Amino acid sequence: MNADCIVIQGSNMAECHPVAFRWVMEAKARGAKIIHVDPRFTRTSAVADLHVPIRAGSDVVFLGALIRHVIENERYFKEYVLRYTNAPAILKEDFKDTEDLDGLFSGWDGEKGQYDPASWGYEGVEVGAAAGQRESYTGEPFSQRGTQHGAERFDFTLRNPRCVFQVLKRHFSRYTPEIVEEVCGIPPGLFFKVAEALCDSSGRERTAAFCYAVGWTQHSTGVQYIRTASILQLLLGNIGRPGGGILALRGHSSIQGSTDIPTLYDILPGYLAMPKDKTDTSFEEYVKLNDSPTGWWSEFPKYIVSLLKAWFGAAATKENGWLFDALPRLSGDHSHMTTVSAMADGLVKGYFLMGENPTVGSMHGAFHRAAMRKLDWLVVRDFAVTESADFWRDAPEIERGEVRTESIPTEVFFFPCAAHTEKDGSFTNTQRLLQWHHKAVEPPGDCRSELHFAWHLGRRLRDLYKDSTDPKDRGLLALTWDYPVEDAIEEPSAEAVLKEISGFRVADGAPVDGFTQLKDDGSTACGCWIYSGSYKDGVNQPARRKSAREQSWVAPEWGWAWPVNRRILYNRASADPEGRPWSERKRYVWWDEEKKKWTGEDEPDFILERPPSYRPPEDAQGIDTLAGDTPFVMQGDGLGWLFAPTGLMDGPLPTHYEPQEGVIENPLYGQQCNPTRMEWNRRENPYHRPWNDPRFPHVITTYRLTEHHTAGAMSRWLSWLSELQPAMFCEVSPELAREKGLTNGGWATITTARGEIEARVLMTERLPPLRMRGRVIHQIGLPYHWGSKGLVRGDAANELIAFVADPNVSIQESKALTGNIVAGRRSRGRRVVTSGPLVPSLGGNRDGKDLNRDLPVVGQKRTGPHGISGARMKQDEET
Amino acid sequence: MGVLDLLSRWPVLQQIRKGDLHAFGDTARSARSEMLQPRTATAGRVVRSVCPYCAVGCGQLVFVKDEKITDIEGDPDSPLSLGCLCPKGAATFQLVTGSHRVKTVLHRKPYGTEWEAVPLEWAMDRVARLVKKTRDETWEAKTPDGHVVNRTLGIAHLGGATLDNEENYLFKKLFSALGIIQVENQARI
Repeated sequence: MNADCIVIQGSNMAECHPVAFRWVMEAKARGAKIIHVDPRFTRTSAVADLHVPIRAGSDVVFLGALIRHVIENERYFKEYVLRYTNAPAILKEDFKDTEDLDGLFSGWDGEKGQYDPASWGYEGVEVGAAAGQRESYTGEPFSQRGTQHGAERFDFTLRNPRCVFQVLKRHFSRYTPEIVEEVCGIPPGLFFKVAEALCDSSGRERTAAFCYAVGWTQHSTGVQYIRTASILQLLLGNIGRPGGGILALRGHSSIQGSTDIPTLYDILPGYLAMPKDKTDTSFEEYVKLNDSPTGWWSEFPKYIVSLLKAWFGAAATKENGWLFDALPRLSGDHSHMTTVSAMADGLVKGYFLMGENPTVGSMHGAFHRAAMRKLDWLVVRDFAVTESADFWRDAPEIERGEVRTESIPTEVFFFPCAAHTEKDGSFTNTQRLLQWHHKAVEPPGDCRSELHFAWHLGRRLRDLYKDSTDPKDRGLLALTWDYPVEDAIEEPSAEAVLKEISGFRVADGAPVDGFTQLKDDGSTACGCWIYSGSYKDGVNQPARRKSAREQSWVAPEWGWAWPVNRRILYNRASADPEGRPWSERKRYVWWDEEKKKWTGEDEPDFILERPPSYRPPEDAQGIDTLAGDTPFVMQGDGLGWLFAPTGLMDGPLPTHYEPQEGVIENPLYGQQCNPTRMEWNRRENPYHRPWNDPRFPHVITTYRLTEHHTAGAMSRWLSWLSELQPAMFCEVSPELAREKGLTNGGWATITTARGEIEARVLMTERLPPLRMRGRVIHQIGLPYHWGSKGLVRGDAANELIAFVADPNVSIQESKALTGNIVAGRRSRGRRVVTSGPLVPSLGGNRDGKDLNRDLPVVGQKRTGPHGISGARMKQDEET
Repeated sequence: MGVLDLLSRWPVLQQIRKGDLHAFGDTARSARSEMLQPRTATAGRVVRSVCPYCAVGCGQLVFVKDEKITDIEGDPDSPLSLGCLCPKGAATFQLVTGSHRVKTVLHRKPYGTEWEAVPLEWAMDRVARLVKKTRDETWEAKTPDGHVVNRTLGIAHLGGATLDNEENYLFKKLFSALGIIQVENQARI
């Protein structure tokens, strides 16, 4: 609402987050410029000042060209860039950019199939890692962890050819408006309009914001999409300031919470790393690798000790390393797709699906079902029997007679869940805001909350193992599991769990005020350090509900935002290096010279009594190393990283790679695709040609509708929503419809090498064909909500999508792939997982030209167990 | 009640008589509609809640009468939503009270062709025993090259992006203690 320009890219905000979009409209009413960059013209585009149609999968080129524009025309916020980012830092001499190596960075190890990031560091600094490392580190020991000192040498004139600024400038120099036209299909005139609107809305007096959703993340280079926007926003000085930022619009009520308190394999609550087998051999080693001598992560030991005290209670002592040894260890990637692949190989025996419907919502549903047929047992919890719960009797391959229900060995349980109105608990929204929902009524019948399920399952298992002296059961038996239960159904108290998450003093059980009170001596327990303080003073902070009308625009007394109820992260950057607001119009947090502390509209994101003039002494340790003018406190050097010396698997700077399956050859580099992407080379998961596959000439992208919710378990069973969006459809342009003989409202079949689906045709000019390199590129839009159950039924778009992933976070590529479309309904014919590929695979050579995804130096992708290959070989299940 | 009286209450005639051609005035009212009041007005209590669909986190008010939910509306006090709900959020009442909800535990035997309703306690016991059996059979104390791993790769978990923080916390805590590492959710997808 406070932004002067809002760029929405990779999201259809008006339709997918309608109530949040209200604030975009408020901003527009106040004079802000709204820009929507998206392959489709949607309701978001309809009310934007500018709609920019883009080819799905080319956003890094567009954003990279904006970076080039900002640098070349000196439109960056000079003081901000000089003082708050690592622009002046000098890099190592042996760093080589993609400019030098045709799309690769220095450090590529063809043998291992991954980068050695040693050459990406600052000059004179040998080891590197920081916060980003902890969040993204999931793979091999190759990626270093540990300490990150700041750079040793700087050039504040920004002229040194090895300073970050010059490296950045050179890296993006070929991302020209002409390339934008060639790769994205966006004419230069339109590009300049966006560039100028953005630049005019940034600086001391003004701020611009980016909003994105899974249109940016679901790519084999997804993380680098966000990185590109981060670099741009840092250059423009739009981070940590009101009306600025990069806002992720997330699609599930507590998806932020399920990342903070992760049901994710690679992290413990609060983004602490899960232990790895080869390196984290003891508590001391683990702490050594994760502790940092500088920046906020120097507090790491306090957080991990408090977590282990919360979990293992009195059994965790200093002498036994706080029972760290009871935690399991990782040996590489154990993410969703790797797990499903292992399941298909018969290695996973039991599977819990808690309110998730992967045969519709995840990529390649047929492969998921094939994997689930190998399970001994499956537990599904949901409102109604979903496609995933019924996979053994209601599936396309069973309908076609290829698989018989009677031959599926899996024992399946369906537990009906309690609704949010039938239980207490907190959701964390997309802005990190925790809000408590209160139980209104008792759950009906045998419906129960997941809290009930988890606690009673744990109670039973502790009972089954109670006489065990086996070391493997020690952690389970030591677990603190004595939550008070309420009412007749023995529901554990959610508030008691929140208190443990927030943290307390072990001696008297008194809640702590926040993470600054946590200790590494075992005297405090805290289940998630970033949520510490959410039960401050014994008050359920997320349940606070002071009306918006009775408090300031920041509304600090509504719910509770982590950390410490802070609404804008890194808000120290809203003041200049001397601690004064950059401008009256954008004042937010500032240094109060009289009171000698930071103050403002929000909880200042800085050490409260540290003056802007503070400079760390030579021998400073821990958070004392943070100078008074370095706002990015989670980084070892307190600076915003234009260049990421460490933490990313696929390079320190974003680089445009084409999707795994594309329509054009990468015009920027010889390297076609992300060299570190993860592939699953299996019979069940065939890929198309890297580009120009004559069988699959069109771009496919998937999306959501207002009236349905993801895989549909919370919408397809409701008549009110179903009648608003009753049928699966595909969106095509009139040109493509003419070419293929499709009629509006008629049937079409969309195919990839993985499978085929049918859908009603929605012929619309909203998805315009793009003209690129003298060719016309057609894009097909597919909503992905339907399945074979519920009130309204249809084929699931995700049946078409392959297993291929970003190397940093293992997210799949469902926003840009290729496929074909023909008129008519689908055949009842075969599918790849039951009868082999639908089409024979084509070689990589056409018209005498190699069609390779990788440069020869990248080497052959090694294939590991379960077909996974690429940067992060899975090593565990080889036994 | 005569014919004339009935006719005089016919809204069309009233509209013509009063010049209220669009029926925006009081001509649409009747004795019955005057008596109507929203279900929310007679609720026994109002419970504060949050929309369960997307991550915007719009405030909801849950109206309860005689231990039954009678309506769910937007919370005008919420600084995020100021009382608004989108079509999904506005359908929450049907989500939580609809006839689609299954209320008993269902079980499919290996190689079976039908679901059977089973008691909750039996199913919980059975799942606990299966977890123990699978865990014991697939336990991996060390890798072949001697690294301690303390885990089972025989069990996996997916889900939780619409679950409460407290629920996710108990799952992560319990599964970590059991050595289950393949714990994932929608945030990966």
